[in-house]
Amino acid sequence: MAELHVELVAADRSVWSGEATRVIARTPSGDIGIMPGHQPLLTVLESGPVTIRTTGSGGDGTVLAAVHGGFISFADNKLSLLAEIAELSDEIDVERAERALEQAKADADAGAERRAEVRLLAVAGH
Amino acid sequence: MGAQMRVYKRRIRSVSATKKITRAMEMIAASRVVKAQRQVAASTPYATELTSAVTAVAAGSETKHPLTTEVERPVRAAILLITSDRGLAGGYNSNAIKQAEALTTRLTGAGRQVDHFIVGRKGVSYFGFRERPVTESWTGFTDNPTYADAKKVAAPLIEALSKETSEGGVDEIHIVYTEFHSMMTQTARDNRLLPIVFEKTAEESMEVFEAARKKEHEYQALYDFEPSADAVLDALLPRYVESRIYNALLQSAASKHAATRRAMKSATDNAEELIKSLTRLANQARQAEITQEISEIVGGANALADASAGSDR
Repeated sequence: MAELHVELVAADRSVWSGEATRVIARTPSGDIGIMPGHQPLLTVLESGPVTIRTTGSGGDGTVLAAVHGGFISFADNKLSLLAEIAELSDEIDVERAERALEQAKADADAGAERRAEVRLLAVAGH
Repeated sequence: MGAQMRVYKRRIRSVSATKKITRAMEMIAASRVVKAQRQVAASTPYATELTSAVTAVAAGSETKHPLTTEVERPVRAAILLITSDRGLAGGYNSNAIKQAEALTTRLTGAGRQVDHFIVGRKGVSYFGFRERPVTESWTGFTDNPTYADAKKVAAPLIEALSKETSEGGVDEIHIVYTEFHSMMTQTARDNRLLPIVFEKTAEESMEVFEAARKKEHEYQALYDFEPSADAVLDALLPRYVESRIYNALLQSAASKHAATRRAMKSATDNAEELIKSLTRLANQARQAEITQEISEIVGGANALADASAGSDR
């Protein structure tokens, strides 16, 4: 099966890289799914969960990550996901995100609320 | 114990105490350099990917964006100077400041007004002491900068660039920071951040740019921009500036720690040297004291012998 190479990079570290068959991410105009051989693309990312269907040495599986703002660029079968903050679902502390969500709701801080929601979504697998 | 010797002993004690402190500071700085270096390395993939994305847009679209186009007659330039909050780092801060001063002179010579933006308490106090205007300054994070700090620094710079020069905006942004080559070499340097010059920003960006240009000759990579090329560029360039500033902050932090380590190492060496020569002096004083005592005793004994010989007669 055709594959594309994915690099998920945060501002201060490289979060995940590997081969994948499909990547789903959220853009301002809606969710976008990218499969191998897609047209070259450069898009702004909304904060939201990113789903990567993986192949390669690690076997088939799904990598979920929470991404807060950034870009997606695809060319030559290589996909770069650039985000200021990116976390894999298994790095996210659910309790802390829930607490942050409550705190943000109490403070009426829309940005923080969105960030916490995105984290929880990524863990839940949507 | 003689007065002289007591003075030497006291000085030796004080120098050894200083030596202990400088040795500890050297160790701390050494461990921090390693950490800072790791951070520089960790931030590199993002910077590289971002640079190639910017290049892709710049090469793949006809868009004219205020952040990429050169102004015909630039009136005002901003300089972002990165220094540290604390001294004890040898020539680190003064080299960065000197570099900024040279750049200021060069830009003023070319007929531009210069606005200064400063990171680090040392740079702020340099300008404060000379009563020179500083547009904006930040302190408190130079030892361990985070991406949020870089964002904070980048925001007013980007805002200044998008404003008209008549309203206090700027046409160019320059950055002065200390590049980290190795444990032993760090050099202060200045770069023009915006409008983007691909040859100067970094070697890797040059390579990317060249590769993109070559590709352009082969086939035009037709990028799909969502929602539009302008919107993507609007969102992309501030991030680009932030990541460059972040990189500069990290490199400066690594350089600062390396400079501190070196300064503290030579301070420790000097203290050792001082202790050695003071010990020699103290030994000499002790010898002198003993010699004096002996000659006093011998002199006294002789005098006694002379006196008793005289009374015997």
